[in-house]
Amino acid sequence: MAISNLTLGGLTRTQLLEMHYKMALLRRFEEKSAEEYTRGKIGGFMHLYIGQEAVGIGAIAALRADDKILSSYREHGHAIAKGMEPRAVMAELFGKITGCSKGKGGSMHMWSDELGLLGGNAIVAAQMPIAAGIALAMQYQGLDSIVACFFGDGAVDEGAFHESLNLASIWKLPVVYICENNQYSMGMAVEKAWAVDSLIPRAGAYTIPGEQVDGMDVIQVYEAAKRAVEHARSGKGPSLLEIKTYRFRGHSMTDPAYYRSREEEHQWRTTRDPIGFFEKKLLDLNLATQAQFDENDARAIEIAEDAAEFAENSPDPELDELYTDVMVDNSTALSFRYERK
Amino acid sequence: MKTVEMPKMGDTMEEGKILRWIKKEGDEVKRGESVAEVETDKVNIEIESFASGVLRKILVPEGESAPIGAGIALIGSPDEPLPDSSSGNGSAKAIATKDADQAASATAGNGSMLNEARSDYRASQTSVQSPPEASSQERIFISPIARRIAEEHHLDYSHIEGTGPNGRIIKLDIEAALAKEQEAAAALTPTQVPILETGLATVEAAEATEVPLTAMRRTIAKRLSQSMQTAPHFYVTSVIDTGKLADLRRQINEYAQNVPDPVKVSFNDLIVKAVATALVHMPQVNVSFAEDRLIMKKQVHIGMAVTLEQGLIVPVIRNADQRSVLAIARESQRLAELARTGKLRPEDFSGGTFTVSNLGMFEVESFTAVINPPESAILAVGSITPTPVVVDGQVVVRDRMKVTLSSDHRAIDGVIAARFLQEVKRLLEEPFGLLL
Amino acid sequence: MRTITYRDALREAIREEMLRDERVFILGEDIAGYGGTYAVSKGLFEEFGEKRVRDTPLAEEVITGAAIGAALGGLRPILELMTINFSLLASDLLVNSAAKFRYMFGGQPHIPMVVRMPGGGGAQRGAQHSQMLESWYAHIPGLKVVMPATPYDAKGMLKSAVRDPNPVLFIEHELLYNVKGEVPDEGVDYTVPLDRGEIKREGQHVTIITFSRMLHVTIQAAEELAKEGIQAEVIDLRAIRPLDIDLILDSVRKTNRVVIAEEGWKYYGTGQGLAALIYEFAFDYMDAPVQHVNGADVPMPYSKVLERAALPNKNDIVKAVKAVVPQALVHG
Repeated sequence: MAISNLTLGGLTRTQLLEMHYKMALLRRFEEKSAEEYTRGKIGGFMHLYIGQEAVGIGAIAALRADDKILSSYREHGHAIAKGMEPRAVMAELFGKITGCSKGKGGSMHMWSDELGLLGGNAIVAAQMPIAAGIALAMQYQGLDSIVACFFGDGAVDEGAFHESLNLASIWKLPVVYICENNQYSMGMAVEKAWAVDSLIPRAGAYTIPGEQVDGMDVIQVYEAAKRAVEHARSGKGPSLLEIKTYRFRGHSMTDPAYYRSREEEHQWRTTRDPIGFFEKKLLDLNLATQAQFDENDARAIEIAEDAAEFAENSPDPELDELYTDVMVDNSTALSFRYERK
Repeated sequence: MKTVEMPKMGDTMEEGKILRWIKKEGDEVKRGESVAEVETDKVNIEIESFASGVLRKILVPEGESAPIGAGIALIGSPDEPLPDSSSGNGSAKAIATKDADQAASATAGNGSMLNEARSDYRASQTSVQSPPEASSQERIFISPIARRIAEEHHLDYSHIEGTGPNGRIIKLDIEAALAKEQEAAAALTPTQVPILETGLATVEAAEATEVPLTAMRRTIAKRLSQSMQTAPHFYVTSVIDTGKLADLRRQINEYAQNVPDPVKVSFNDLIVKAVATALVHMPQVNVSFAEDRLIMKKQVHIGMAVTLEQGLIVPVIRNADQRSVLAIARESQRLAELARTGKLRPEDFSGGTFTVSNLGMFEVESFTAVINPPESAILAVGSITPTPVVVDGQVVVRDRMKVTLSSDHRAIDGVIAARFLQEVKRLLEEPFGLLL
Repeated sequence: MRTITYRDALREAIREEMLRDERVFILGEDIAGYGGTYAVSKGLFEEFGEKRVRDTPLAEEVITGAAIGAALGGLRPILELMTINFSLLASDLLVNSAAKFRYMFGGQPHIPMVVRMPGGGGAQRGAQHSQMLESWYAHIPGLKVVMPATPYDAKGMLKSAVRDPNPVLFIEHELLYNVKGEVPDEGVDYTVPLDRGEIKREGQHVTIITFSRMLHVTIQAAEELAKEGIQAEVIDLRAIRPLDIDLILDSVRKTNRVVIAEEGWKYYGTGQGLAALIYEFAFDYMDAPVQHVNGADVPMPYSKVLERAALPNKNDIVKAVKAVVPQALVHG
């Protein structure tokens, strides 16, 4: 087989294989989380990223390590894409002290200062104003880090979406707003919810660049993200990316997804799988082999299993943790002073 | 063989009902394929298999429920032997019935809880509406701080008039009452001046000398006549053999000569100890009568009547039941000294729950004493006299002491008084128990 | 010491903190060129410029979120919301983000943000502009809520708030901005803690607990009571969350009688919260039930006469005190 000198998106073969591995890791991790949820190891609400891997991996590949990301509650993929250890994510899902939020946040509330993962938010669109503020801080301090803010098609209807785009635009904040349009916000189809069927006019309304991207093609996502990131980093201000994707599972673990047909789901799963699509492309261009894909997949399964085992064997938080971290000077917290036994 | 378990498909789900098996026994199953449709508390959902193979056995049939984690099917290779099948089905059935029971009791529980909640609400409604006049006859309204101060000072507030709203007794009222008591008590404290207070002149007349009343005399007069008038006194007498008591006392005093702080124990000290112990066993005697209730005191404080030139004073040995015989002796001597030198403080002679009055040193055979309010009883102790008695048909001489218990019949009945006295007698006649 | 207004005290605090720390900046509607709706930020734009004194669009939700984000990004924002009434549009970000982030993200982030806003009524502004909503925010673990009533406290507490690493809601009052009081001379850097109340007047007959504008009404009532021999101990809460519970209980144990004087509504408010705490921890020291002086339980009417009737005054406080202090105690 001739070694191809072609690259994809300007990435080397190693980088492309790494991208593939990361997508496989996200896929296997989410499948494993689903399994553990049904076993009762994970409680509360859990929202899977299966089907949307190309968005998180592609977009975050365009960021620097010092760039920040904010996400919604569907954040496992973003966390791992930004570099969080799967063990720390799984342990958080299990509610253990070894989780990235000490078990006090769960699936929807993950954070890492060093990786620049500044939250999962359970309030739809709340991350958008906060992202603007973080971008403001970067700009104010003369740093050239930028902020990438992920949100879904549901957030687009919230007032905060509009307020944030407007503020980011007038102050030229270095933020990239990335809408992962998976066509449904819970059960509400995008055709029914949006007055305008694409975000590009909305970007225009705030005079910022807008792009619509096929979210099943990781390279397309990567390239669009690169453009937006460059725009922000060079001081030109925010952009809005609408990345069309699909979630293969329900909104959350408890959603039987009556609002869409099984045929539609089947269609996406079998013909539009982002990992499958990427694999085919790499094979066609002789940039990778099936064996390498299998190796990546096997490694992904292993890491996911290891994460689950780690989480299972990790201890719960001590009961004292109930009263810690309410305030910075926690001794002033009323619960710490008067409720602790 | 892998077990397909009922998955948790929602944070409130506890069990699921199999609506339909999508795969049948013998069907091939690939990992990720749906195998059954399940009804949970909220939605109907398809559950997937996490294993690949052949569906060898269905453990929970259509229409039945299983709790989360229970095995619902077995997936393995076609020739793998099945585990004991009866247990599988049986357990599923058992689970099914248990669920039914649980569901039934849960509903019943909910229903009854609701009913309870409703009746509680109605009950609270009616209690809110109950007329205030009824309560004023039964309750004394007193503010928390006022009650606390009253209790600390052992002040019986049942007869105090409250000046707060609705006749509530407030702190001011208690403080005023205490101040009055202090005055009276201060008046009781003997002073260094002779009986005849300066400024009070006796009136010499032909037949008699008029001596004006001291404050102490006045108080004694008032309190004891009030006691006699309001408390229906009755008297119970017992004769106590003091032989063993005398022996014990001798032994104690021999011992107590050589302790670091030597002390001499008197008969009265031992009697105080016996009375205190008896009061612990019979708290019905350690009471105060208040118009509408009996106040049963939780602590035993024994007053010992001390006669001074000026009159009678009753210093109190606090928590006498918890003091050793030596401690009682020391305390009684300390208090007696303070009484003699006029240094007793109000707290030294208030708060008693029972009094012992001893006139034995005056060759008194027996006497009856007046109850010291707000106590309900008092023990009058006579002298120890060698007395001829009949033992086993023979006349012998034994040391005997007569004690008479005066009791307030409003609070204490005859039998109680008698049993109490019997207990005291027993403790004094087998006095070793006082040391234990 | 010199005498300045509450408004000036706030401005001095902001300015001194901005000079002291480059990360401090202010944002809000009409705070720059306009100088602030209540003229608190007057002159600051001219001194510090656009980067550090920012006018925002009329968008409470995003500007509050941006303040939170700016704080997360390393700055020390002082956000001005025009009134507490408009904070309701931003309340999601205050309650669900600012208050929660540190806890739910396992102790990693902190949000050193100050949100300034006046509350209360009495200037015929009508129902939507006159509310006292501090108890709503004081209910939430993760927030600090303070309400200084004097220029000295305002300046000292605003400085503390800016330096505090937690989100602080700094609730002023429209009718306090012109109140005069003493503050230390220029150049003296002082702070007032955010978790301590203060006894503004000592007394032994009754404890009157109050805050914000009502402190001044209470002091007037206390002076009038003193003429009749009733010595009221006046506690200025200053800190609503965290509450200086020990200061309150010590006073209650001393006087045994409590009056709570607040401007806001009665039910489920700050006053009832205080009363419940007092009953819970000092029941055995109570000589009378807690007396509650509060605003009428209605939306604030515009009419001058009705508005005056809706707000508690000095006589209400005097009456409440006399209901619990027995005459005999005073004359006796």
